[in-house]
Amino acid sequence: MNGVHDMGGMHGFGAVQPERDEPVFHHDWEKKVFALRFACGALGKWNIDMARHANERMPPAEYLAATYYERWLNGLERLLLERGVVTRRELEAGRSDAPLPAEDRARVLRTGAVDGVLAAGRNYRVDEDVAARFAAGMAVIARNAHPAGATRLPRYARGRRGVVERDHGVFIFADASAAGGRKPQHLYSVRFRARELWGEAASPSDAVYLDLWDDYLDPAEAV
Amino acid sequence: MSHSDHDHEHDPEHDHGHPGGSRFSEVELRVKALESLLVDKGVVDPAALDRLVDSYEHRIGPRNGARVVARAWTDPAYRQRLQRDATGAIAELGYSGAQGEHMVVVENTPSVHNLVVCTLCSCYPWPVLGLPPVWYKSNAYRSRAVIDPRGVLRDFGLELGDEVEVRVWDSTAEIRYLVLPERPAGTEDLSEAQLAELVTRDSMVGVAKASPPPGGKQ
Repeated sequence: MNGVHDMGGMHGFGAVQPERDEPVFHHDWEKKVFALRFACGALGKWNIDMARHANERMPPAEYLAATYYERWLNGLERLLLERGVVTRRELEAGRSDAPLPAEDRARVLRTGAVDGVLAAGRNYRVDEDVAARFAAGMAVIARNAHPAGATRLPRYARGRRGVVERDHGVFIFADASAAGGRKPQHLYSVRFRARELWGEAASPSDAVYLDLWDDYLDPAEAV
Repeated sequence: MSHSDHDHEHDPEHDHGHPGGSRFSEVELRVKALESLLVDKGVVDPAALDRLVDSYEHRIGPRNGARVVARAWTDPAYRQRLQRDATGAIAELGYSGAQGEHMVVVENTPSVHNLVVCTLCSCYPWPVLGLPPVWYKSNAYRSRAVIDPRGVLRDFGLELGDEVEVRVWDSTAEIRYLVLPERPAGTEDLSEAQLAELVTRDSMVGVAKASPPPGGKQ
């Protein structure tokens, strides 16, 4: 999706402004949004790629104006509605019309399980024998593709040539995962020279590394 | 844009003020309504929400990453394990899990400086650094880190010479990156715990170097 979330290389946002002694959260409502989103995710009604794509579908002007946790809130409401966890009527009223179905109740994140869930995380690597199309040192070109759905290939790298730095192994493919599938394949760290991405004004020595799946890449002549 | 991200993200009155004289802003009311609904419906356990927040306010933060870095500075075998299998080496110190499932550590040297970003959202290695600061999630950082990394570093007061190669790591998949900063000069006599005090969050994202030792200069 060619959305405004794909910000790499955009101009006009000004200087980065670090805040001294920044708190983890700035407002109590941010704490709530963070925790609600994490706890709802544990229900298993969506995966991380669906969750990211929900944020990306916030209307672009709103996305740009929103803070991080406002984007999370918008995405959470979208996910809860789309995955049928709550109804529009319930969301608008802030009141439940029916309890969570019995089959989902066992998955509700309980206090005693929080530490274990955080420490375990999720495994995105897949123990399956999938052939690698590339190996470290090979020249590749990122595909010039513009899918309307979720993708993790930023616009700034499309059509650009790089070199495979390392093979991370077989991982769930984000584009498929966001649509409910898996399509496991090799994921690579690919090095792009800054000048290949940004032209002659960029530093001749600098580089940008992206993690890219097989489906994003074609073989290329050496750069 | 008349406002920078920063102004916006730190000014809760900016565009969601307190309509009708309510004590609560629009976003606060929306979050309260959502929380009531989800608790009422049995989707979330309120005590679990508190535990999640407490974990990232008090337990999971950049002091974890600082311990990893200090260990790597003092134990060459550990540093090798960190290079070969960062996830496993970090787990040796007790840090693992959500948003750090697949870790890679990138080392700064006199000739290479690494910088981590996520241009597409705000991916960040939670088990070792906690939740990301506002600047890391800002439109300014996400847009500029890849096209103008040296300019971003200057925003943080770090000027690098042309002889240094800047490597930017855009976290586009589930690999999470931790920068291993250079050990500051004049720290030969410091203990591992004292060294960890010099390792700032910013130095592990790559927008700064590790702090010089107390009384020393870099």
